[in-house]
Amino acid sequence: MNQRPFAITLDVGSSRSNHTGSWRVERPNYVNRLPPCNNACPAGENIQGWLYEAESGDYEAAWRTLVEENPFPAIMGRICFHPCESACNRVQVDEAVGINAVERFLGDYALEHGLRLPDAGPATGKRVLVVGAGPAGLSAAYHLRRQGHHVRLVDSSAQLGGMMRYGIPAYRLPRAVLDAEIQRVIDMGVEVMLNHNVDDIEIERESGRFDAIFLAVGAQLGKRVNIPAGDSARILDAVSFLHEVADENPPLLGRRVVIYGGGDTAMDAARTARRLGATEAVVVYRRNQEKMPAHVEEYEQALGEGVTMRWLSTINKVDADKIVIEKMRLNAEGFPEATGEYEELGTDAVVLALGQDTDLSLLARASDIEVNDGSVQVAENLMTNGRGIFAGGDAVPAERTATVAVGHGKKAARGIDAYVRGATPEPVAKHALAEFATLNTWYYSDAERTQRPELEKVRRQDNFEEVVLGLTERNALFEARRCMSCGNCFECDNCFGVCPDNAVLKFSDGTYEFNLDYCKGCGICAHECPCGAIEMVPERI
Amino acid sequence: MLQQIEGSRAVAETVALCRPEVVCAYPISPQTHIIEAVGVMVKEGRLSPCEFINVESEFAAMSVAIGASATGARAYTATASQGLLYMMEAVYNAAGLGLPIVMTLANRAIGAPINIWNDHSDAMAVRDSGWIQLFAETNQEAADLHVQAFRLAEELSVPVMVCMDGFILTHAVEGVDLLDQASVDRFLPPYEPRQVLDPEHPVSIGAMVGPEAFPEVRYLAHLRQLDALHRIPAIAEEFLTATGRQSGGLVHSYRTEDADTIVVAMGSVLGTIKDAVDIRREAGERIGVLGITSFRPFPARAVRQALSGASQIVVLEKAFSIGHGGVLATDVAMALQGTNCIIREVVAGLGGRPITRQSLVALFYKAAQGELGALLFLDLDMDVVDREVERMKANRRSGPSAENVLRDLGVTRGEGALS
Amino acid sequence: MTKRPVRFYQVGSFAVGNRLLSDEERTVQSDPDRTNSIDSGHRACQGCGEALGARYALDAAMRATNNQLVAVNATGCLEVFSTPYPETSWRIPWLHSLFGNAPAVATGVAAALRVKGQSEVRVVSQGGDGGTVDIGFGCLSGMFERNDDVLYICYDNEGYMNTGVQRSGATPPAARTATTDVVGPQPGNTFGQGKDLPRIAMAHDVAYVATATVADLHDLEAKVERAMAFRGARYLHVLVPCPLGWGSAANETIHVARLAKETGMFPVFEAEYGVVTSVSKIRHQTPVEEYLKLQKRFAHLFGKNPRPEIVAHLQELANRNIARYGLIDREETPAARHASTSEEPA
Repeated sequence: MNQRPFAITLDVGSSRSNHTGSWRVERPNYVNRLPPCNNACPAGENIQGWLYEAESGDYEAAWRTLVEENPFPAIMGRICFHPCESACNRVQVDEAVGINAVERFLGDYALEHGLRLPDAGPATGKRVLVVGAGPAGLSAAYHLRRQGHHVRLVDSSAQLGGMMRYGIPAYRLPRAVLDAEIQRVIDMGVEVMLNHNVDDIEIERESGRFDAIFLAVGAQLGKRVNIPAGDSARILDAVSFLHEVADENPPLLGRRVVIYGGGDTAMDAARTARRLGATEAVVVYRRNQEKMPAHVEEYEQALGEGVTMRWLSTINKVDADKIVIEKMRLNAEGFPEATGEYEELGTDAVVLALGQDTDLSLLARASDIEVNDGSVQVAENLMTNGRGIFAGGDAVPAERTATVAVGHGKKAARGIDAYVRGATPEPVAKHALAEFATLNTWYYSDAERTQRPELEKVRRQDNFEEVVLGLTERNALFEARRCMSCGNCFECDNCFGVCPDNAVLKFSDGTYEFNLDYCKGCGICAHECPCGAIEMVPERI
Repeated sequence: MLQQIEGSRAVAETVALCRPEVVCAYPISPQTHIIEAVGVMVKEGRLSPCEFINVESEFAAMSVAIGASATGARAYTATASQGLLYMMEAVYNAAGLGLPIVMTLANRAIGAPINIWNDHSDAMAVRDSGWIQLFAETNQEAADLHVQAFRLAEELSVPVMVCMDGFILTHAVEGVDLLDQASVDRFLPPYEPRQVLDPEHPVSIGAMVGPEAFPEVRYLAHLRQLDALHRIPAIAEEFLTATGRQSGGLVHSYRTEDADTIVVAMGSVLGTIKDAVDIRREAGERIGVLGITSFRPFPARAVRQALSGASQIVVLEKAFSIGHGGVLATDVAMALQGTNCIIREVVAGLGGRPITRQSLVALFYKAAQGELGALLFLDLDMDVVDREVERMKANRRSGPSAENVLRDLGVTRGEGALS
Repeated sequence: MTKRPVRFYQVGSFAVGNRLLSDEERTVQSDPDRTNSIDSGHRACQGCGEALGARYALDAAMRATNNQLVAVNATGCLEVFSTPYPETSWRIPWLHSLFGNAPAVATGVAAALRVKGQSEVRVVSQGGDGGTVDIGFGCLSGMFERNDDVLYICYDNEGYMNTGVQRSGATPPAARTATTDVVGPQPGNTFGQGKDLPRIAMAHDVAYVATATVADLHDLEAKVERAMAFRGARYLHVLVPCPLGWGSAANETIHVARLAKETGMFPVFEAEYGVVTSVSKIRHQTPVEEYLKLQKRFAHLFGKNPRPEIVAHLQELANRNIARYGLIDREETPAARHASTSEEPA
């Protein structure tokens, strides 16, 4: 072939000498934003992270990512009230991702496949006393062991688990699951002392045997109220009631049981009463359904099992076979007011589910530890005013759930680790929240949430079999793939594909880079990023 | 083999011997017979491999040829008159892209008024397009020029237009010695494109070129045409050697050795002019003829050389630049700059008006007498013109009269009606 | 449907790529080694839909032909921004001749390939809407009618953008262009004019006709691949928003294209031998206002002196498309039910 004509015919690749990046007034930037699920998780789980692993069917990797933060996925997958799902951006598309169900699937998968938690870290020689083997204490023990500290875990009960065992009925949390996940933590080398009361924290402190102490004593005392009661009136508190049931020593209640209170414990007590043979289990609550603190799932489960509700009612008097109820109404501020109307209700026993208090008698001599309104006061790192003494779980001011307690355990462990090493705790940098407005949800398939199967109602009547069942692998995979990966790249290639200037480079490890030689800053990549993981920032001109 | 054959047929047969690979056609008189004949040959399989494409317009015809040529195929088409103008944009484009397309132009007048007969207005309209334009004097030359045209086009990567007078040549049956395939194959090697669309070696053809390079592109195109001034006679010489026939070249002189007056013209009218010149020679006048075969590139040096001995040049042409005068005459005048030659422009044969030997003899007589003005319309019917001028006067309040217009152009009354 | 079935994944079949798919199932555009038929360094405006559409279509054609592809380009934005001397952006063999002759040039290319026995090399001819529906229409119709082996792709940005945003036969009614200004009683482009080229193409009974937008890559790639499965004349009409001419934000090019489809303003379908064989259903039906409001060329319909009757007229046109192509499954979603009520004749 002869020489090509001058100027008219051009060779491939010549346009690359024209660096159109100079046109740009804004540049794209890959970012990670905090997914709302992660943000809402009291245990600080990287939910988006483990769902990402689960999406590819690598359940072990997903589980490993999960247990970085929380060693109890099978437990959490059953009893957590999943604020993550309430926060989930997918709510605004169709329904929240069934995070809790996938978590349970992963937890069960790990138990089934005998996956072990990570090994304990190299021994540091530091010793930590953890008082209370509930979710906060166990979580702290887990993280402290990973950091290489020696942990002595003491509890006054005969078994580990705290409120997870003694507050939550077995039909919500089968004991085999509870035992297995706790055992996995203990197997990391935790020194356990059961049936052991710490009566005075000063003794432990003064002993010098521990570099730090974590108080995770929970809130085990059922609140009482003064209700005029006849001599033979049968009144129990829900915490003790559930504890006794857990110890397989259930009290006798009779056929008609009234539960007083509107929280989750009330629902647990009512449903437990039904299982123990009560033909009537009536929840009496002074406000209405809207104001009820119980989680709606628990309430609906209770109704489904034949529990009935008496809204806007207080108990004025308890007799051997009946109670007197006063009807209430809500005032303008939403508080209940007495109406002066009364009613009698036949009943054999009244279970009080009016909240719990913490037994802090072990702090009697520790004058430097501040207690306020029945709660131990702590700093951001969960350290009390007493140096080296940390507190968490139900004993400190916070929402009283197992998940919050697990989160406290992790946070306290982090604080203790820094403290015993003489370091200042590193502040955990938080990304900006991945708000719904940053997403482009067009790209997500329409996919409604998978419902978890439930035990048939008729089979729940007289036993403590688990009510809510797990997802199949197929369903769990489906559910994981509903995750929109808010704020975090999931390698969808959109930026790589939609750039009119081919100014996005894609690498084999699933990462991308902007080629600023050619990027004109149009912003299509950011606009079309499904998960909001690209931001546009002004160029400094 | 010498045979009595229609000019169009002779061209078609010769084009087929050149093994064109893509032929596209849209019918327009007087080109139709050429393209019909090629079409038949392709359909019969006599011309193979070849794609014959019936397109929807001349614009498409040239465009198809452009695509084919850029893909490395030898491409051919034919047109005339309005058709050439309708494809004008593509004509320029083919030249600009340097695609060696060969096209037959069956010369015909341009409307309005619509007129299907011969003159050279169409060829003149595209003289600046960058195509090489060769004018055939006879059907033998028309046929031969096509073989040379493909050779020339492909050597230089320039499109070539072979101009032959519509009807006068295209539809005339006369003796033509057609070449055989082996001779043509020897003379015309397979097409080796200078650039080609090839997935293995991708290039972009047809870039947008701005002021920073456009003049250079144009100048380089000009240089290629200057090259052609060397290649055209060389190829004609080779053709002579191969076939024993004198066809093509830049110019042909006839009885100019001692001529005081030389008549310059293009195309088939040269035959009639030679006859008239022979008559005037017999009368003792020193008159000769210069036929121009290569109008673009314009062979100024050859023209100047051929005309150098004469004192008077009569340029007889079948085209007219309205408001100016002769087109070929202007080019001849440029070639003769600095000489003392007098140039007389004669416009003849527009729209197929017959150019008779009788008129030419009278014209040359007048030229010998030194009575020719600067511009003359041969055989113009001044009665018609006068009537129309009068009518215009009656209907117009002001403005120059038609007579004044003619005076401005150097035409004086009485000269127009020479017969 | 010509779409490859994609298993359900997080992003379904809508994003460009999906790490969970096998290589064969992935889009051409997700391939790090894609052709990039039109290379970086081209001078298209920021957010140019045409540059994007051209790369999508040609890269897909490259894959479908095993890189045996030649492209012919009409004059227009795409040509000007891709090949200003001395720089070309094309990585494939490419020829530009004139504004109105790209289909005929492609015919010539195809003829040359056929005569040379290179039938494995395929020809794409491409141009903007002006080069297609207006000045190139004669050549295009001729190419269709002769059934030449060419895929013609029209990148429709609904006007003469290269020359400064003038009206073409593809400009929608009411749109402002430099030659349909927003003055007088009927501001913008006239109702009742314009050409529906996909349907005209279908009337030629060519093997394959399809429409697509830059908002649905999977659909576009599948259509290119389908088109390449046929021999003979084929036509693909791709809507490519023009931020400059439409007055839309540069970052909303794909979004605007998506709304063109979701409103029914631009029906997305495919046809074989003159018969519609599939349509891309509207996923979330959207009133035309939401599409129009993103574009300054329709700004005169809103704001201080709104023209709801003109918006309603445009909605009627969208509804006509929805009805003509069955873009909504009637019994499907509540949104569809809601939408259908507005379609019923009063």
